[in-house]
Amino acid sequence: MNHVTCHELIDFLMEYLDGELPPERRAIFERHLSICPSCVAYLQNYKATVEMGKKAMACDGDAVAEGVPQDLVAAILAARKG
Amino acid sequence: MLLTMESTQATAPPREANESALVARLRAGENGAYAELLAVYGPRLLATARRMMPVEEDAREAFQDAMLSAFKNISRFDENSKVSTWLHRIVVNACLMKLRSKRRRPETSIEPMLPAFLADGHQATPSVEWRNETALSLERRETRDLVRACIDRLPENYRIVLVLRDIEGVDTDEAATVLGMTANAVKTRLHRARQALRELLDPLIRSQQGADS
Ligand SMILES: [Zn+2]
Repeated sequence: MNHVTCHELIDFLMEYLDGELPPERRAIFERHLSICPSCVAYLQNYKATVEMGKKAMACDGDAVAEGVPQDLVAAILAARKG
Repeated sequence: MLLTMESTQATAPPREANESALVARLRAGENGAYAELLAVYGPRLLATARRMMPVEEDAREAFQDAMLSAFKNISRFDENSKVSTWLHRIVVNACLMKLRSKRRRPETSIEPMLPAFLADGHQATPSVEWRNETALSLERRETRDLVRACIDRLPENYRIVLVLRDIEGVDTDEAATVLGMTANAVKTRLHRARQALRELLDPLIRSQQGADS
């Protein structure tokens, strides 16, 4: 196989990005990306998705600064003594 | 097996130097030590529980279960590992246990959320690059809420893999262990979860790009 479809490339995108594809396969993927703007865009979207997920879910500085709610701390300490 | 922390926000302890002293005081059953552990590590661990459990009440319950389990099992803590790592794993496990016992909503299929392809293997809808400014506007509260809402729309079995791998920084093998799945199944689920999240975000970002230009 010296050719890959968009479907195959997108199915194995994570392996490609993680550097887990064998060199010949990787070269075929790169050749496809050099001629397929839609897959280049998909790849960019995919990476951006991961970053956006991380940023959106990252620790809210304010929430961390607020600490654990006092009633929850009290409940845990009381339950420990049981 | 140790948890691998890839993301900085996971559970970096603010006061590492006092770790072994704190563990010794916990082992000795010193009263103030329990409150101190909650004060030092609690906020980030509670944040982890909140990311894993969309319902606040569930997050609090799982966090409480985890902390009580940590207090009880402090004698099993291995001095060669980090307290933050050990506690993080306990919280993750407590959340997974609670999620399993709940299963509030029936598992939805991820298939409709995956990209569509034509018979010849081309993308049914050609992809368009997202401009950088769009990702940057994530600093805005409403954009963050929008992304979080999209993550919440993922089928539970996929959402949890995405949260563990991409957000909590749990590595593939560790995620496979805590989820009782093979490493390959974790990889497949992570890839599909990311693809589905991309599909959910794409129309939102495209409409924003259209409005901006
Ligand atoms: Zn393509």
